[in-house]
Amino acid sequence: MPFNLLVLSCLIYVIFLFSVAFFVERRATQGRMGFLRSPLVYTLSLSIYCTAWTFYGAVGYAARSGIEFLTVYLGPTLVFVGWWLILRKLVRIGRQQRVTSIADLISSRFGKSNILGVVVTLIAVIATTPYIALQLQSMTLSFSVFAQDTPEAWLLPGHEDIALWVAAGLALFTILFGTRNLDAKEQHHGIVTAIAVEAVVKLVALLAVGIFVVWGMAGGIGAVIDKIAAVDLPGWQMQADRWIGLIALSAAAVISLPRLFQVMVVENVDEAHLARASWAFPLYLFAMSLFILPIAVVGLERMPAEANPDMLVLTLPLSEGQGALAMLAFLGGFSSATSMVIVETIALATMISNNVVMPLWLRLRPDAAMSGNLRGGVLLTRRLAILAVLALGFLYYRISGGSEALAAIGLIAFAGMAQFLPALLGGIFWRGATKAGALAGLIAGFVVWAYTLFLPSFCEGAVLSAQVFSNGLFGLDWLRPRALFGTEGMDPLVHSVFWSLSLNAVLFALVSLVTFPDPVERIQGVAFVNAFDREAQAERLGWTQGQAEPEALLALAQRILGEEALTFFESQARAQGKEGFLPDLTPEFLAEAERRLAGSVGAATAHAMISQLFGRATVTVEDLMAVANETAQIMEYSAKLEAKQEELSRAARQLREVNEKLTQLSVQKDAFLSQISHELRTPMTSIRAFSEILTEGDVPPQMVQESGRIIHSEAVRLTRLLDDLLDLSVLENGTVQLNLDLVHLGSMIDRAVQAASQTRPDRAFEIIRDPVAEEIHLLTDPDRLVQVFINLISNARKYCDADPGVLRIVVRQKSGRITVDFIDNGKGIPKESQRLIFEKFARLTDQMRAGGAGLGLAIVREIMTNLGGSITYLPGQRGAAFRVMLPLRLEKPAGGGGA
Amino acid sequence: MPGAPLFLARAVYRRRRLRDAARLLPVLGLLLMLLPALGRDSSGDVRDAIYLFVLWALLIAAAAVLAPGLSATDSEAEPEPQADLVVPPRRASEDPR
Repeated sequence: MPFNLLVLSCLIYVIFLFSVAFFVERRATQGRMGFLRSPLVYTLSLSIYCTAWTFYGAVGYAARSGIEFLTVYLGPTLVFVGWWLILRKLVRIGRQQRVTSIADLISSRFGKSNILGVVVTLIAVIATTPYIALQLQSMTLSFSVFAQDTPEAWLLPGHEDIALWVAAGLALFTILFGTRNLDAKEQHHGIVTAIAVEAVVKLVALLAVGIFVVWGMAGGIGAVIDKIAAVDLPGWQMQADRWIGLIALSAAAVISLPRLFQVMVVENVDEAHLARASWAFPLYLFAMSLFILPIAVVGLERMPAEANPDMLVLTLPLSEGQGALAMLAFLGGFSSATSMVIVETIALATMISNNVVMPLWLRLRPDAAMSGNLRGGVLLTRRLAILAVLALGFLYYRISGGSEALAAIGLIAFAGMAQFLPALLGGIFWRGATKAGALAGLIAGFVVWAYTLFLPSFCEGAVLSAQVFSNGLFGLDWLRPRALFGTEGMDPLVHSVFWSLSLNAVLFALVSLVTFPDPVERIQGVAFVNAFDREAQAERLGWTQGQAEPEALLALAQRILGEEALTFFESQARAQGKEGFLPDLTPEFLAEAERRLAGSVGAATAHAMISQLFGRATVTVEDLMAVANETAQIMEYSAKLEAKQEELSRAARQLREVNEKLTQLSVQKDAFLSQISHELRTPMTSIRAFSEILTEGDVPPQMVQESGRIIHSEAVRLTRLLDDLLDLSVLENGTVQLNLDLVHLGSMIDRAVQAASQTRPDRAFEIIRDPVAEEIHLLTDPDRLVQVFINLISNARKYCDADPGVLRIVVRQKSGRITVDFIDNGKGIPKESQRLIFEKFARLTDQMRAGGAGLGLAIVREIMTNLGGSITYLPGQRGAAFRVMLPLRLEKPAGGGGA
Repeated sequence: MPGAPLFLARAVYRRRRLRDAARLLPVLGLLLMLLPALGRDSSGDVRDAIYLFVLWALLIAAAAVLAPGLSATDSEAEPEPQADLVVPPRRASEDPR
């Protein structure tokens, strides 16, 4: 097959996946997920476990070592069939704590520890490197097979170029989809669905090749069984130690692989899906493994001895002239490799940005939490991390020479990841596990793994010299990488897994037993171990009310969560029975806010950020009692009392607020009466005075003219005031006549900007707009809406005290509603006045400087109510900011005007 | 916990045993998977392979039978107790199993 055609079909396939992901993301943002959230998609996405290693490598593995390849799938089967024991708890904890990665989970369990997050991330990155190299290698091999049409020719100059191109393409795809937005829950619906599609492709491809080989080439099941029985290769002898070790290793890996953790825990949308996956995922593995052995046996028989057994899935159909089948198999292998690399790099990039870069950055610049665009920083970090991870994989591929069997590389990665297991399981089942223990175990396990398996995987002499291999490190005989403590004759892999995991687990347990956890650790320990105990989840680690203002917290949250922060604050405020965007800083609210932030930047970082706003988290005596769990009942009783008291004091607070507002309103009303008398009197006085002059007669003509002009202008001013009052009362009574029309939003803002330029025409004022976002046609009363815009823009021109003044007009469209934000760069409106500005005759400055009667915003509010929308003051924008919200299509009121 | 019931309603009792079965299933599976590695003779690869695939299929079937009953009772709150055997809501950490 021509190479170009192959590349073209890959491109088409990638574009297809891309559009699947794009379509799903679109639907997800519109909230219409439907079948996309089904257990089927969840199960299929778990098939990310089957990488190119499974697709190509398993056949090679079977050809070399017989049924031993099954261990890699039997281990995960045990874990999933036994989901009630471990996975259920992992998923529950992941959802409760809004865990973003396995590093986040471990760091969060051990007292939101930064250092632990860093260590786990580093181990994950290093252990993944061979695994990614494996995918690059298998893709390169499969490309070469097609390029040359002959299976032996894969060792060609230029296949490193292919690997480089593949790595670059994967990096691009991952960046485009994995880091498009920063989701509060770190879920990527588009990618998950694309992976589910790829799972189907690889299963169908492998089954098709298998069916062809069994019935098309070998002549049925019986013949295949005979052939298998006839094989007599030295590698096919079953080794009991490897058999047991590999089942345990793959079972450990399926729990601790970052990409599986990502799809299984982080992307989980419904815990019930796990129950279905408990048997459906093993079934998938079963189907994937069914034809591996037949393909291997037939391949051994038909293909020349020097053919690479890892490529039999491709070379067998090709040798029989089945180009289309080979193409399908190629796409299956392509799917396996791409899906693995994409999810693995996303998972690692999340870990790197949340557990290494962000905490470091916050430590170097403690004020960073309060300034700067954190979202952009996080996304940029993730993109760079994706590139770095793929670059490392490529480097490993080049250094290791790309010559090793796929299965051997994969097992090295598995053994590295398995080091998380003691800390992970200990963390969720044993309250006594401590940070020091986890750290000691992880580091010991990692060092042993690196020394006995990872470093020896490079060719001898590259990292470890031949002398170290034969005589041990520093010439110490008991430190030989293949025979630690004199355990000679063990299989190298089993040897490494045995020593690394044993030392890891023993150190973890011993150090945990002798150290003492700090309070945060103990509280998190209870929350994790008792994940199914509802009362234990009632907030234990509380923030007491600090000095910070809710506005500061909102500003911080907005920098990370963006628009979602406003929605979250509003809903929390409503839950507390308050209007607007600023809820009371109750401990529950703070804990929830911390959890939301943790969903984006990881537990440790979120904790650090909130700490910077509020000082340290206080752990009360009650908390410690809860940890000790001795006086649970007394606790419960007093907690109930506390809750009651809290409720009462909140009610009292609300009453006080209402009272305050009423008093202020009454004061305002009095002020208004004197104001209006004053407003009416001043023009009246001058009208009276000048008309008296006129009646006296004997006045020079130019004096008559002058007096006439003054009387006229004063009368105009009176009329305008009365008009405004009338307008307001009409609007308030709901008797206003609306003239609905389909109009273009952008041109209405144009009109408003034009009209408002009359206000203080002398001042330098810039207006930033987004013409693309304003391309909206809406059904509303254009004149009234323009009146609103004019008012807001001229207010900004009048009151914005920055020089030069800058006004940003931000238009957004969301589920049938349009929001238009007017944000200027001035000082903003002081908090105590924010609630009053929409009241009649509210003027923030007592002077007549503004020239209006203080009716503008009151009229605006009434107009917006009549237009079926609202106007609110947006706090925390560093300037005065107003949000106008209105429906895309205004329905005509039913019976004209309200009662 | 004082007041933990000695006798459970029949449905609740069944559900607990179902969970026990779910916990035991992987242990049983592991034991059976290790069998081929114990008694070795050199010509048994085909028989081992067939044995393992059958075992695998049975494990999947068993998990499929257990899963609906387990997920239906995912919430720890117990349903209505029967007759006079009152079952107060328990704390999971003190599960009397």
